[in-house]
Amino acid sequence: MKKTLFEKIWNQHVVKTLDDGTVILYIDRHLVHEVTSPQAFEGLRLTGRTLRHPELTFSTMDHNVPTDDRSEIKDPISRAQVEALRKNCKDFGVTLYDLDSEHQGIVHIIGPELGITLPGLTMVCGDSHTSTHGAFGTLAFGIGTSEVEHVLATQTLRQSRPKTFKVEFTGSLKPGATAKDMILKLIGKIGTAGGTGYVIEYCGSAIRALSMEGRMTICNMSIEGGARAGLIAPDDTTLNYVLSGDKPFRPKGEALDRSIAYWKSLPTDEGAEFDREITLDASDIAPQVTWGTSPGMVTDVSGTVPDPSTVPGYSRRDVEQALEYMGLTPGTKITDIRPDTIFIGSCTNARLEDLRTISRLIKGRKKADSLRVIVVPGSMQVRRQAEAEGIDEIFKSFGAEWRMAGCSMCLGMNPDQLTPGERSASTSNRNFEGRQGKGGRTHLVSPEMAAAAAVEGHFVDIREWEPYQQMAR
Amino acid sequence: MEPFTNHRGLIATLDRANVDTDAIIPKQFLKSIKRTGFGESLFFDWRYQQDGSPNPEFELNLPEFSGASILVTKNNFGCGSSREHAVWAVMQYGFRVILAPRKELDGSSIPAFADIFRNNSVKNGLLTIELGEAEVNAIFDAVARFKNVEATIDLDEQRVVLHLDEEEAFHFEIDPVVKKHLLHGLDDIALTLEHIDAIDAFEQNHNVQIPARG
Repeated sequence: MKKTLFEKIWNQHVVKTLDDGTVILYIDRHLVHEVTSPQAFEGLRLTGRTLRHPELTFSTMDHNVPTDDRSEIKDPISRAQVEALRKNCKDFGVTLYDLDSEHQGIVHIIGPELGITLPGLTMVCGDSHTSTHGAFGTLAFGIGTSEVEHVLATQTLRQSRPKTFKVEFTGSLKPGATAKDMILKLIGKIGTAGGTGYVIEYCGSAIRALSMEGRMTICNMSIEGGARAGLIAPDDTTLNYVLSGDKPFRPKGEALDRSIAYWKSLPTDEGAEFDREITLDASDIAPQVTWGTSPGMVTDVSGTVPDPSTVPGYSRRDVEQALEYMGLTPGTKITDIRPDTIFIGSCTNARLEDLRTISRLIKGRKKADSLRVIVVPGSMQVRRQAEAEGIDEIFKSFGAEWRMAGCSMCLGMNPDQLTPGERSASTSNRNFEGRQGKGGRTHLVSPEMAAAAAVEGHFVDIREWEPYQQMAR
Repeated sequence: MEPFTNHRGLIATLDRANVDTDAIIPKQFLKSIKRTGFGESLFFDWRYQQDGSPNPEFELNLPEFSGASILVTKNNFGCGSSREHAVWAVMQYGFRVILAPRKELDGSSIPAFADIFRNNSVKNGLLTIELGEAEVNAIFDAVARFKNVEATIDLDEQRVVLHLDEEEAFHFEIDPVVKKHLLHGLDDIALTLEHIDAIDAFEQNHNVQIPARG
């Protein structure tokens, strides 16, 4: 029987199929952060239950933490939440990468860095962007707090089997287009609910050509297309990433050999069937910019803000509401839109590769006077590595703020927020109303597009932008 | 968890598609370490004006929707983050049921509810019902035409009955697993722990149980 990557991982993890058809699914790794876990730990205490596998549970604080001055969390409610996580990790014996740890960072960035994320595992976290880890061929998805408690207590989840969705990117990306543009293009095509009920497997030549960082960007935004999980089959790129650097949780010796053999068995068998399939030609993909309040409201940088009656997947009313909120009128050229803030950060695009690329584009330049630029490395390790390469100095002379690691303005739970009416170009994942601050207006773009907007003060088509052409040469 | 069997209550309508979890409960309210106290913050940015007073233009602030316990809205409700706080806020405001349509648009079929939200709803006893678009539109029309429309939701019979002069009823489909769960108010963790021997045995043979510390 020919099997997909998803089926191979799923089958390996079924503890028991119950009479009603649901399964008890074993969970290999559980990431925990401060926002969605306190009520789960409290649930354990109230019922007198214990944590089944503290050694498979890893924790950090990322959502609400300050990214400037860390000496004190001024907001007493945020501070209480951080302190609750410290106490819970101590009481239940969970490894915690605290604010002063060299490994603190966004959960989805530190998992791969530490070797917690490995191919063929199941992995969950009380966060929808857990789909990021699918880039390794890890079945990883976001769960709510009740399920966090369930995993803490049992190391399993009760699940119905999702359907499978093959997304093939043929051809290769043209200069100027990135992994971010691939996923935004896909969401524009299938809609923000197009993947609901499915696990997506991304494949094809354009996926194979991506770095692990690019693959993580794509899998990260699977949830923006409605899919709880996205997967990419492990290959040499995956193996090189996993085996490189100092990753304390990577298996060693004979265990590593066994693991590698298992990882090599994972790719989807030739001819295996999916419930749904779609093919996109990567060479057709232009740099993307969102113009609305849903990630599917997206267009090519060379395009215009659309007429409300012409947007596939959205009713006229949806689009009118979005344009009113965004303060945009149909027919406006995307390149005439002027952001007030450039946010470089989040689990989508705040890895070392993202910062390196941007630094090459802005080196020796100054940001436009009209805007502010905030750079929030995804982890303290990314920050340290960037500093070792002098990238922080490039950002600072550019006029950007160089911050500590965290989720920051991706969701504005900490003090990094947009003010009402303020417009951002953001490398993050959600452009919902109020996401980056009440009344804030978000345009999602690739790191390269964010860099160009930071220099010019408005969106530019980087395919025609001199610094990008120079870099490409 | 409270079992859900029958529920009769007032309907409120919210005519928006793709209502995301940031709109349902904005981030500043996620800092709480409790499970309660979220009802007042439901739809915060839409519901209140800058000075903190209720926004008279927001649907749920209309006097005729005061005390509503059945929310009727549009497709892809609850998209976005995994925050269970969104479900807690909806329930603590007073809703027990949400109805929304599966929408056919431009050749694609858009589900009524986002996955994680729907899943979180089940864990808390919030019933999410997916109907056809024509049926949901009929409810919107009825609520606009006759004020204070009530409905009865019978989970066992899988029926929604609108209490108008002439009663209107809709059948709905529901995952049998979800139905059983809600009808009996089951505690998942207790149920899973009944299979603890199977989990123990699985762990003995789990060949991808790569030791976390090498």
